[in-house]
Amino acid sequence: MLETVTLEHVPTSHSVHVAVFRNVTNAEFLQSQLLSRNADFEYAFIDASTVISRFHLLSAVYKAITVELSGSMKTPNVHSEIISEAYRRYGIQPSTKDVVVVKVLISRDDAPSTATSEDVAKHLETHVQGDPAPFSDDELARLTDWSKLRKYHKLNGVNYVEGIKDEQTKKRELELLVVSAMSLRGL
Amino acid sequence: MTAAATTTAPQPIPAPVPDPSPPEPSIHDFPLPSALLHPSSEPPTLITQGAEGRVYRTTWVDAGRECALKHRPAKPYRHPVLDARLTRHRILSEARILQKCRREGVAVPALYGVDEAAGLLALEWIPGAPVRVCVNGWIARRKERRRRLADGAVGDESKAQEGQDNSEPAVVAEVTADEEGADVLMDLLRRMGEAVGRLHKSGVVHGDLTTSNLMLRPWEKGKAPSNGHAETEQAAEESLDGEIVIIDFGLASQGTADEDRAVDLYVLERAFGSTHPKAEGLFPVVLDGYRGTFKGAPVVLKKLEDVRMRGRKRSMLG
Ligand SMILES: Nc1ncnc2c1ncn2[C@@H]1O[C@H](COP(=O)(O)OP(=O)(O)O)[C@@H](O)[C@H]1O
Ligand SMILES: [Mg+2]
Repeated sequence: MLETVTLEHVPTSHSVHVAVFRNVTNAEFLQSQLLSRNADFEYAFIDASTVISRFHLLSAVYKAITVELSGSMKTPNVHSEIISEAYRRYGIQPSTKDVVVVKVLISRDDAPSTATSEDVAKHLETHVQGDPAPFSDDELARLTDWSKLRKYHKLNGVNYVEGIKDEQTKKRELELLVVSAMSLRGL
Repeated sequence: MTAAATTTAPQPIPAPVPDPSPPEPSIHDFPLPSALLHPSSEPPTLITQGAEGRVYRTTWVDAGRECALKHRPAKPYRHPVLDARLTRHRILSEARILQKCRREGVAVPALYGVDEAAGLLALEWIPGAPVRVCVNGWIARRKERRRRLADGAVGDESKAQEGQDNSEPAVVAEVTADEEGADVLMDLLRRMGEAVGRLHKSGVVHGDLTTSNLMLRPWEKGKAPSNGHAETEQAAEESLDGEIVIIDFGLASQGTADEDRAVDLYVLERAFGSTHPKAEGLFPVVLDGYRGTFKGAPVVLKKLEDVRMRGRKRSMLG
């Protein structure tokens, strides 16, 4: 269920791979691998409840890649950059149920990568205990925790959104507000 | 124009000049932003090149999503540290004001990405056309219609009975409020005024209101206020139907001073008069639209009279 995603305006040296797992039972283990900086677990593990849509997540990935390319990362690697762009510094908690995983494979002339998406898929399959799910807008929408997102992005005072009757239009407005807020964070 | 087409034969790079007055822009002042050097599903298109920078139409993050990419490149004639600081300041200011407008529900493009170091702003692509194009199109079609009537009248007795409207002066006459078909134009002008009013109400002053900085976006499917509204770009441009979206916040600031708001309207009034001289007489409709949008609007309109007066005095002295 690992999807290789082609992002616009990203050099061919970088490839992006995303998977979604539901009902994950070993989130604590995955988080501890991140915290101990185990090089075999260089992933962005993100709590799916903090993800709105493909566009939301991939905006964070794109931003992290541009930061990595410009040599101005504030965290150890592109995966921790994705996590901090997307939602706070820690992507998942021991209590996390549904997980979005991002892997960016980087192959440079001076550091060619030999890993393939098959390797990544196999590694995740072995170590993430959960049900693979599609990386689709529908699936992500089902897993979104809006009250968490509203609080985190300070969207509760935004009155005009509350006035939008059509539920789909409202969600789209909120998505764009979150992406905008994300692009301004830390600046 | 594609990205590849912008690379022309090498030109001599001008030597740095101590005087900070801008020289004629050359291709060297406008290197492609680094983001556009990487692959995309479709090549970027150059939309405009102004003194301050360029706007490209391109894709963003995923191949199906279009964006307007504003690039303010470094100015080689400015001190690099000062230049970086100015660019950063302008990009951030524009981005923050856009976000403020959206949170207030003012129709402006959504912000997709900010790279203040590279001088880049990625914005939601607004379909449709600038109001300038729509108004000029309306005036051109009116002229065409009147010309056809006038021509027809020469050989056609029945048409000639329509009388003086068929004369040559009518073809080039200024648009009046009571002429046939002017209602859609006046409706557009009213919506322009309402859009500016909502902007001011939200605590933002634009700083550069022109009919190029207002876009007319066709209604999204199912979002039109009532049935029978135009939902395609072509139909919107011809019927002047659609939603006004304000763009270009490069000179905008936050504030609620009546004076600043009045100057905003004055700038629009002057720009409108010089861009659309034939429709200049209808500009008060914009102000009518503005009047109803927030409590302080009438005071701003009163202030506008002072601002006009000062403008007139200045031009008499100048
Ligand atoms: N978000 C957008 N969607 C569609 N077209 C845009 C957008 N932003 C700018 N443009 C186009 O580019 C032109 C210049 O953009 P603008 O923001 O006004 O920059 P400038 O500061 O160079 O005037 C506009 O008149 C419009 O035609
Ligand atoms: Mg402009």
